[in-house]
Amino acid sequence: MTTADLKTTTARPARQAAGRAAPRPPGGGRWRSAALTLGAWVAGLLFFLPVAWLVLTSLHSESDAASNPPAVMAPLTLDNYREFFGTSIWEGPWPPLINSATASLASTALVLLLALPAAYALTIRPVKAWRDTLFFFLSTKMLPVVAGLLPVYLFARNIGFLDHVWLLVILYTSMNLPIAVWMLQSFLAEVPSSVIEAAQLDGARLPVVLGRVVAPIVLPGIAATALICFIFSWNELLFARVLTGVRAETAPVFLTSFITSQGLFLAQLAAASIAISLPVLAAGFAAQDKLVQGLSLGAVK
Amino acid sequence: MRSKSRSTTRALVASAAACTLLAACAGAGGHGSGGDSINVLMVNNPQMVQLRELTQEHFTEETGIEVHFTVLPENEVRDKISQDFANQSGQYDVATISNYETPIYSGNGWLQPLDEYLSSDSDYDAADILPPIQRSLTGEDGHIYAQPFYGESSFLMYRTDVFEEHGLTMPERPTWQEVADLAAEVDAAEEDMKGICLRGLPGWGEVIAPLTTLVNTFGGTWFTADWEAALTEPEFVEATEFYVDLVREHGEAGAAQSGYAECLNNMVQGNTAMWYDATAGAGSLEAADSPVRGTIGYVPAPVVETESSGWLYTWAWGVQRASANPDAAWEFISWASGTEYEELVGETLGWENVPAGKRASTYDDPRYQQAAGAFWEVTRDAIAEADPFDPGVQERPVPGVQFVTIPEFADLGTRVSQEISAAIAGRQSVRDALETSQDMAEEIAEEHRNR
Amino acid sequence: MNTTTTRTPAPPARPAAGAARPPRPSRVSSWARRAPLLPALIFLVVVTQLPFAATLVISLWDWNALYPDDRAFTGFGNYGTVLGDSDLRGAVLTTALLTATVVLVSLVLGLALALLLDRRFRGRGVVRTMAITPFLLVPVAAALMWKHLLFNPEYGLLNGLLAAFGDLFGFTAPQPDWISEMPLLAVEAALIWQWTPFMMLILLAGLQSRPLELTEAARIDGANNWQIFAHLTLPHLRRYIELGGLLGSIYIVQHFDAVFTITAGGLDTANLPYVVYQEFYQAQDYGVASAAGVLVVLGSLLIATFALRVVSSLFREEGSRS
Repeated sequence: MTTADLKTTTARPARQAAGRAAPRPPGGGRWRSAALTLGAWVAGLLFFLPVAWLVLTSLHSESDAASNPPAVMAPLTLDNYREFFGTSIWEGPWPPLINSATASLASTALVLLLALPAAYALTIRPVKAWRDTLFFFLSTKMLPVVAGLLPVYLFARNIGFLDHVWLLVILYTSMNLPIAVWMLQSFLAEVPSSVIEAAQLDGARLPVVLGRVVAPIVLPGIAATALICFIFSWNELLFARVLTGVRAETAPVFLTSFITSQGLFLAQLAAASIAISLPVLAAGFAAQDKLVQGLSLGAVK
Repeated sequence: MRSKSRSTTRALVASAAACTLLAACAGAGGHGSGGDSINVLMVNNPQMVQLRELTQEHFTEETGIEVHFTVLPENEVRDKISQDFANQSGQYDVATISNYETPIYSGNGWLQPLDEYLSSDSDYDAADILPPIQRSLTGEDGHIYAQPFYGESSFLMYRTDVFEEHGLTMPERPTWQEVADLAAEVDAAEEDMKGICLRGLPGWGEVIAPLTTLVNTFGGTWFTADWEAALTEPEFVEATEFYVDLVREHGEAGAAQSGYAECLNNMVQGNTAMWYDATAGAGSLEAADSPVRGTIGYVPAPVVETESSGWLYTWAWGVQRASANPDAAWEFISWASGTEYEELVGETLGWENVPAGKRASTYDDPRYQQAAGAFWEVTRDAIAEADPFDPGVQERPVPGVQFVTIPEFADLGTRVSQEISAAIAGRQSVRDALETSQDMAEEIAEEHRNR
Repeated sequence: MNTTTTRTPAPPARPAAGAARPPRPSRVSSWARRAPLLPALIFLVVVTQLPFAATLVISLWDWNALYPDDRAFTGFGNYGTVLGDSDLRGAVLTTALLTATVVLVSLVLGLALALLLDRRFRGRGVVRTMAITPFLLVPVAAALMWKHLLFNPEYGLLNGLLAAFGDLFGFTAPQPDWISEMPLLAVEAALIWQWTPFMMLILLAGLQSRPLELTEAARIDGANNWQIFAHLTLPHLRRYIELGGLLGSIYIVQHFDAVFTITAGGLDTANLPYVVYQEFYQAQDYGVASAAGVLVVLGSLLIATFALRVVSSLFREEGSRS
């Protein structure tokens, strides 16, 4: 996936008998391009439509939200958001939101702390079985977490660690660590050994090399990895549902508390959904390039 | 691109740092149970939400006991309660349990007996609790293990104005066949109104509850007295086929995914002419902002072979045995289930919102009688007539009207409900659904025969 | 259940980006090399492998939390129960179907979206932002939205649109009850909607890393768009498609929120995580649930080994600079 690879992956296309490109008819290209632009807009809007509907519903009253046919032109109101955020920071959504932030950010920090040295050991000065080790890391990611949930619950109960946000931090760290190691490994592999060697020939010591030479190259990759770990932690529901109660409840668990089997809750639910997705939406929108970079393991600079 | 990505990186790092600081300052939002505070886990029903709103001002400020609530939808709250109580994790001092869990949990020693509190707390009028409800919260050892927040039975709600318009009459005590005929009439006469709304949503507390009341009155049962599963007996099959056919022919759209909430909404929006469900639904239909207020009539649950067929259900407060603070827990329960709280709700939120169905005195109060004019008598009588110990035509191995009081029923009922729901969706026949269900039920019956 | 390493065939020799350093066979230095790896490795083994070991132990006991006094050693009895359980067998099929459908459809749609967004046009940034929004919505919020705001037969958007469309053209539009009539499809639709942007992001990165000079050369040689796509773009994208497929599968095999929220496992939509969860938290049969968990873990290991072998080309050769 580096430029070195690219030259070898592409096969030369079959040449046409005539060695000259046929000139394109003027006009046709413009129509085609307009059609493709239109197609892109339509596709984007289609994917966005449900979210737009969610936002609209969150701005309606409860009875308009559940009307048949759906009320598009109903009067708009911010009441649902006012009700959701409440008045004081010690109640309503704030403790869960703070728990989610704590769990996501602390686990992301811990992931980086553990994954960076590991990735370093797999790339810059690799251990012998680096590939097998990486496979092992990844394979843990494929195991169904639900199968280990009961022992975790019983263990936490016996040492009085239930309903602690730090329990979630530990579990979220283990959840994201394999992916983070993999991502960071591929970012670190971008550092040409010649750079390190050149730096070492200058007599610079290893920490200096790492800080001065390696860090600038991999910092964007680290940010991308952090963003992705943050998103997956923020979204996590199963651990949080089973292992938290009053104190450590996270935002997704709090969201499910809006569902009731008696009475209407749609508009409230929509407002709450938007509100608890905001941090991820904001981070994702602001750092689209980081998302692309992280998910594609650094193929795009 | 490069400079943009550089700046994004910086922005991300900066915002992450800011968030961490915020989180650290806020101390990760924590408060444990203990001291003068209790944790309460409760189901997300309107009356519980109102209780949460009133607690700070009317309970905590008077007693100094902080109450931390966790509110979850019904199926999730059950998972969480059973997990916390079964392992005696003690995360919650008080939880909303029902007359299904109370005998089972108390038998396993997971609940605090409340008799001493009941006899020593003179302000709490324990004799006022309706006998069927108090009995259903009593353990096998004769101790009382929970106190009701509200109680309910089931009955039939119908649109009197629609019936009048089409010249239809609802009998005082209808049979299921009469109800089916009426549903067909309304369905034919009204273009955008269905005849009846019945639950089809999977869940032992959803579709299984009304269906089991039909099974009882058709003469069927889940288990015979000597622990034989009876889901493929003719009576059980007939009741289920009747239910599924009725809801498929004259029931609501999306029946397989409709529960209490969806049917309530259908009734409020005028999409359906009848609704057979919990008596608690009447309060919402007669609420001040309900468009169908005043147009609803109420009759007892329809029957076939029995005198009555309404279910008996109560959301009640149980105290976990592992609770560090049972005295504070009782303080809370005696306030929430007491007469004073009913008065408070009546005066602040309106008498139709009172958590009724648990105290005789509620039904003697003229203010409540006026607010619940259309339905209070039918509700009171339905609760009085419900008999968990003899709900059908034959002897039962364990009590329970719309459920079977054995630990496995939550799981069995849920699995069976998924089969029934698939039949309502037209994905399989009732017979196939019950054949599959019978096998599951028989496995459990066998375990009980060998116990 | 400790490691799942597989000896992969040696990668084809390829000039690494830098000159290979000679390996230093001294013991001290090899430990110095391993040291940075150990914290992560130990952490992961403790947090992920130990619980599975505990699950294995619990699975040998007859233990139902609702009958606390009846705990007994049963050996492999629970495994018999699980293997005889039609629910679990159905869940295996459901999981395979759900994962394959969601991953493949998301990849195809993601590729189409990525190709549309690869061109320069007015408002590209806006369209890209709109298209990635589904991935950034909290999954449980997305599942709840699909269930209550879109699929609801009475007041959902889907039937609302159908009805409005019918009014426009003067016919009575069908008002399907989406979740009952096509339960698995309903769950899949919600998941595909969430995962297509994820695939799009990966494939867009692939498209943007294409060597443009090659495409240009091909164009001058007279290759048409389709030929360029088939012979240049697609081969170049292969690794990205594999990457998307692998990451997507890892997450969707384990997916729980949508099944739990949209159908509560009913109507034959229960996947393996849901079935295990149900056994734990609804049936409270810890022994049987643990046995089911162990079997699911074993199955996952088999598939993981196989999947990692297939995509081993994703691991950079430069990594093997030893």
